[in-house]
Amino acid sequence: MPAVSKGDGMRGLAVFISDIRNCKSKEAEIKRINKELANIRSKFKGDKALDGYSKKKYVCKLLFIFLLGHDIDFGHMEAVNLLSSNKYTEKQIGYLFISVLVNSNSELIRLINNAIKNDLSSRNPTFMCLALHCIANVGSREMAEAFAGEIPRILVAGDTMDSVKQSAALCLLRLYKTSPDLVLMGEWTSRVVHLLNDQHMGVVTAAISLITCLSQKNPDEFKTCVSLAVSRLSRIVSSASTDLQDYTYYFVPAPWLSCKLLRLLQCYPPPEDGAVKGRLVECLETILNKAQEPPKSKKVQHSNAKNAILFEAISLIIHYDSEPNLLVRACNQLGQFLQHRETNLRYLALESMCTLASSEFSHEAVKTHIETVINALKTERDVSVRQRAADLLYAMCDRSNAKQIVAEMLSYLETADYSIREEMVLKVAILAEKYAVDYSWYVDTILNLIRIAGDYVSEEVWYRVIQIVINRDDVQGYAAKTVFEALQAPACHENMVKVGGYILGEFGNLIAGDPRSSPLVQFNLLHSKFHLCSVPTRALLLSAYIKFINLFPETKSTIQEVLRSDSQIRNSDVELQQRAVEYLKLSSIASTDVLATVLEEMPPFPERESSILAKLKKKKGPGAVSVNELEEGKREGGELNGGGERGGDSSAIASTPSPSADLLGLRTGPPVTAAAPSTGSLLVDVFSEAGVNDDGFLSTQVSKIYNTVLVVFGYFNKKILHIVPLNDLSERELVTINEQTPQGVFVMAPFLKMFRALTCTILLGLGMALLENVDPNPENFVCAGVIQTKAQQVGSLLRLEPNAQAQMYRLTVRSSKDTVSKRLCELLAEQF
Amino acid sequence: MIGGLFIYNHKGEVLISRVYRDDIGRNAVDAFRVNVIHARQQVRSPVTNIARTSFFHVKRSNIWLAAVTKQNVNAAMVFEFLYKMCDVMTAYFGKISEENIKNNFVLIYELLDEILDFGYPQNSETGALKTFITQQGIKGQPQTKEEQSQITSQVTGQIGWRREGIKYRRNELFLDVLESVNLLMSPQGQVLSAHVSGRVMMKSYLSGMPECKFGMNDKIVIDKQGKGGTTDDPGKSGKQSIAIDDCTFHQCVRLSKFDSERSISFIPPDGEYELMRYRTTKDIILPFRVIPLVREVGRTKLEVKVVIKSNFKPSLLAQKIEVRIPTPLNTSGVQVICMKGKAKYKASENAIVWKIKRMAGMKESQISAEIELLPTNDKKKWARPPISMNFEVPFAPSGLKVRYLKVFESKLNYSDHDVIKWVRYIGRSGIYETRC
Repeated sequence: MPAVSKGDGMRGLAVFISDIRNCKSKEAEIKRINKELANIRSKFKGDKALDGYSKKKYVCKLLFIFLLGHDIDFGHMEAVNLLSSNKYTEKQIGYLFISVLVNSNSELIRLINNAIKNDLSSRNPTFMCLALHCIANVGSREMAEAFAGEIPRILVAGDTMDSVKQSAALCLLRLYKTSPDLVLMGEWTSRVVHLLNDQHMGVVTAAISLITCLSQKNPDEFKTCVSLAVSRLSRIVSSASTDLQDYTYYFVPAPWLSCKLLRLLQCYPPPEDGAVKGRLVECLETILNKAQEPPKSKKVQHSNAKNAILFEAISLIIHYDSEPNLLVRACNQLGQFLQHRETNLRYLALESMCTLASSEFSHEAVKTHIETVINALKTERDVSVRQRAADLLYAMCDRSNAKQIVAEMLSYLETADYSIREEMVLKVAILAEKYAVDYSWYVDTILNLIRIAGDYVSEEVWYRVIQIVINRDDVQGYAAKTVFEALQAPACHENMVKVGGYILGEFGNLIAGDPRSSPLVQFNLLHSKFHLCSVPTRALLLSAYIKFINLFPETKSTIQEVLRSDSQIRNSDVELQQRAVEYLKLSSIASTDVLATVLEEMPPFPERESSILAKLKKKKGPGAVSVNELEEGKREGGELNGGGERGGDSSAIASTPSPSADLLGLRTGPPVTAAAPSTGSLLVDVFSEAGVNDDGFLSTQVSKIYNTVLVVFGYFNKKILHIVPLNDLSERELVTINEQTPQGVFVMAPFLKMFRALTCTILLGLGMALLENVDPNPENFVCAGVIQTKAQQVGSLLRLEPNAQAQMYRLTVRSSKDTVSKRLCELLAEQF
Repeated sequence: MIGGLFIYNHKGEVLISRVYRDDIGRNAVDAFRVNVIHARQQVRSPVTNIARTSFFHVKRSNIWLAAVTKQNVNAAMVFEFLYKMCDVMTAYFGKISEENIKNNFVLIYELLDEILDFGYPQNSETGALKTFITQQGIKGQPQTKEEQSQITSQVTGQIGWRREGIKYRRNELFLDVLESVNLLMSPQGQVLSAHVSGRVMMKSYLSGMPECKFGMNDKIVIDKQGKGGTTDDPGKSGKQSIAIDDCTFHQCVRLSKFDSERSISFIPPDGEYELMRYRTTKDIILPFRVIPLVREVGRTKLEVKVVIKSNFKPSLLAQKIEVRIPTPLNTSGVQVICMKGKAKYKASENAIVWKIKRMAGMKESQISAEIELLPTNDKKKWARPPISMNFEVPFAPSGLKVRYLKVFESKLNYSDHDVIKWVRYIGRSGIYETRC
């Protein structure tokens, strides 16, 4: 380094900094800085040129002020001037200022680039290094454009000093990371790869970082590096600890370089060349052997360095996944670490084992450590280690040990940290589903899960248990019984109430035979939880009640009483109120077979990937769930859900997490999908069928529901007969509107083509709304409305089908009362 | 309600920490230090919300007073309390400084116990407090049982701010009208916003339990009297009266009487207190007019000329006049010429400060400066902050006049005429700015 001439420490700067440090308050500091800035401005403005020293000093002060958090908008020029100085310190400060303060400012960048270029072409290695560091620190696109071509030349040139080569390699790496498109290795590739053979270990270390990064992008070009890396590695591994002198760190030869080499090898598949492969396996074995040797030093640095290499080697072994022998050895080695004193080691061991568990060769070997891992889960003090232990348990789980692991995880859940509970819950749910041999066990597990960690059970989990119960006939009775028992606990979680409400609503009849769980007892049990629940749960419970009326006619009066009570029928929540009113009317008006149709048991759910698994994946990010497990999930999942032949009817349970996912699906929420009409949008069904039916009459089955629906509507419109202008709404929107703001619907139809406008007027004059694009035949008129009579409101639908050739029309009127239909028909016939 | 009260020094070290409610944890002290005192950006809001805890702070020189609460309190009440707390401390040991607080910490805790109870503010009248919280200690002034019971009955009684049996040889009354006038003016001389906030401070040394009545030229009162036809013609009284936008009173003023008759009557506390506070926005007498002229000569030079004109009776003298002319952030040199007073470029404040000791009414004076600039690569234009001004004038810029202050004491034998009364008007500048 060139001798520092004047003022090694700049005194003015030191005084200034100590002044700032001594300031009593922020205000005093700002005052001092303002004063200094004014001083510097007057100095820079001053007529007489400043010498290098004072320039350096003032630039330093500016830098300090900037680092204190104040804006600096001058002094850049002076800093650039410093770059052309011949003194090391001045140049250094100049570069420092530029790398901290200069952003892509066009005019200055050119000057700076010129200065850098000069330094790069100079023969002075310190100047070259400074310039390279500056490029790497700024790393902007402009810099990359200017120097991306130059730096590789410096890197591979024969006469470049080693230290400059190191800087060049790292600088190139930085530029490659910021703008990979500008750094084209091309012709330099092979020469860069051959840097691995360099005499100087520092150069090799720097180069290998660059090569690793480059080979991740285009592995083929750098393929040759594998054999070089292997030979380099074997030379290091087999060297005696004293061979490498400067590069031996606490008796471990070149640990950083070894780690980097191993990491580079992880970018490539196992070498095909037998000799190379043999050599590599030999290296890995040596590393594993060395781990067994007694430590050469008690210092923590020694073991850290050794273990770093070991772990890198193990991840390489896992990456290759082709040497059963090595895998098992690695697994055993990790097993030793599982009980190590060092927390970090235990953590790393668990983490590596997680990946080992997914390899078919070592899965069994990993399983032998199950007791240790369970123990770690229970006794470990560090939460992150416990989390890893839980991950490992999850990874090592298979059919043989599922019950044990699930039980352990469940028991751990009670004391688990809040931060990992949700993930644990998901994992338990997945394992229970994946390895369920008998479904009663599955149901037990999930209910336990809800009981222990109800708050952390996401919707997906309880949706899933309901899906499975519904799709499996054999478990329904058991499920009903279990939830019934679970609900008897004095305090149970809301999720439990949800599951209970749903399952009893569907399958309560299966346990009704037992006097201890007679329909009334079931109902009372559910209703005892009602008041403690949130609105969505209450809505679900109301649906369960109406299902009870269908299942057990004897409970009808009790339930109607409940629905009729003010707290339901006048509930401030619109959703609950509407359900109560609708269900009450439905139960009192509709005949039993209508009820049975509307409240039919839910159809089985279609097969799909478990939503829980999807959630876990989302939570952990891609890659966390191993491929192996996914495959297994598919295999086992298919079996569990009893074949994919069922379905076709997509209900909203699992796919829409909205609280309105509903048993009945009669009302609520957005219509699910246009393609698959579901029970969730019953009305859509009605309309589409009505439209398709050419003879204008509805099939008996549909009409039944249809009637009910209209009845329900009729009763909700307290102040009707104002007609909604629905003309521009599509069919489905119409339905939605109907549901949200109960309005009357009335469909009406036909007439002569030429009198279309006239017809419209007549129909609208009736107080009905014309629905366009409802009927497949655009000539037809379809209307909907509510007729308000003194006694009640009657919803009516109307269709007018004109036939121009025949000069005839057909009028179809449908309403809930046949007298009304008839009268309407007569009325309209007169009009036309 | 206030959950706790902390006092910090400028470094953020806690000098006083008094927690009144359990919902304030120990970490609240640190939260304020980290997020406000040591904040990277200067915190300008006096209310800071950190983790659902509200911190209300005021700063006196280098001392931070912070009230903490978790509840949704009336912020105005909290600040009123903090100001009162400052007044009380000043009355007890003078200037609020780190040293004074450290020397008097026992006293401060005692005061805090007295004026805040479970976070609810209590009697914070200095006069009343001084009767039972003393700095001398009990030994110095032994209090008899009667005295103690007297204190109790007084403090808990109807007139908590005055004790009975006060006697003075000379009954004296000092009345100060202190106003601060705030202005924002456009470069063309248009008033953008102006208001006066004033205080009526009293110092009373009166015997017994006198009943006082204070009268001023409040427009509503004058108009009412004008209508009654008792006083002179309405045209004159209209000019003389002022419209008060809003006002607040000391607790001794009978609000019911003010509401019904708009008369301000009260039994005064002994010693110094603030009788009322008010604000006016109409017909403000602006004591000074600032006429700026800024010319940019190229990129590296700026010429500034500022004329100030005094706008009041020539017989009056304004004092402590200070004009602050901001300079651009890239100023590298300044030359100033002024006819009157002294002017200097203060780099640490980025401003030219021009000071004039005295100036009579209806005069004008000017300053001109040449500012040299350093070219920067910053494209932003200079924001041209307004020119601000400080002064003190011996009249009330709002036009407020004290019409009378009557004292009635029926039990003792002195009348209104025997009381010596002093009235003084002081108008100060608040934020008095002119854009340039």
